[in-house]
Amino acid sequence: MPHDHAHDDHAHSLLPSDPALRVKALETILVSKGLVDPAAMEVILDTYERKVGPHLGAALVARAWADPAFAAALSDNANAAMQALGISGRQGEHVVAVENTPATHNMVVCTLCSCYPWPLLGIPPGWYKSDAYRARAVREPRKVLAEFGVTLPAGQSVRVWDSTAEVRYLVIPMRPEGTEGWDQTRLAALVTRDSMIGTGLPHPADAP
Amino acid sequence: MTRPAAPSQFDDPWQAQVFALTVALSDAGHFPWTDWAQAFGATLKRHGANRALDGGADYFNAWLETLESLLEQRGLAGQAEARTIRAAWEQAYLSTPHGQPVKLPA
Repeated sequence: MPHDHAHDDHAHSLLPSDPALRVKALETILVSKGLVDPAAMEVILDTYERKVGPHLGAALVARAWADPAFAAALSDNANAAMQALGISGRQGEHVVAVENTPATHNMVVCTLCSCYPWPLLGIPPGWYKSDAYRARAVREPRKVLAEFGVTLPAGQSVRVWDSTAEVRYLVIPMRPEGTEGWDQTRLAALVTRDSMIGTGLPHPADAP
Repeated sequence: MTRPAAPSQFDDPWQAQVFALTVALSDAGHFPWTDWAQAFGATLKRHGANRALDGGADYFNAWLETLESLLEQRGLAGQAEARTIRAAWEQAYLSTPHGQPVKLPA
């Protein structure tokens, strides 16, 4: 139908898209049956849109870099270490921190769907949810890493961790050289989201 | 594979709504998240059988489809009822003057 901007003929409210209307319908039904609380939905939206994000994971990594006792506690029981920083996990989800070493680079994928450590990194980026990444991360991790601009030394092997609904992995990247004596705030600024998924490396200490 | 310049969260408000709705339902104990992940994984596999999904809009379309069928299977919201309410919302948008709050007829 041509749209000639004759607003007298189109004076009604803008019609939302089909999926938007379907979501609205589900919400209407579930709220009216008392199965879902709109206030709880608001809290979830607020949390994932504004409060949770990679800055929380970065703080955790920076603390692990600066504090060997915390690093040990993190690899022993990541959920308890998160709680120590006031980051609450989701019920039934076990977070496992996997530490990069000169011998092993860790990389995380979810081949089933898109399981991801939300409380530490927020909502996953589009590429993490794409079929291309989900299929290829396991099959050809070095090639995928190269597309992310990461080339590993020949002697460093790649270990790929497949997340599930119960176990989510967080990569602890190696601390960049030249950061001796840095405080945690300064260290955290070097930790990128991708470095905690394993598709990137932290910023170098001398980055502008 | 292309990488977005900025971290992508939700491309459209309905994606955030369906995400929050699903998490709220699971948090309220209507289904364990493991069941959700299984069902969602199966939908993604089916959708991705003939073409590669990009992880954007098609990802949340698969999410919505999974939630609709999960709610029907568990007797929480039937698909016929959902279609009726969807049509009522569409009618409400079309009949509400621009600028007025859109409401379902009581």
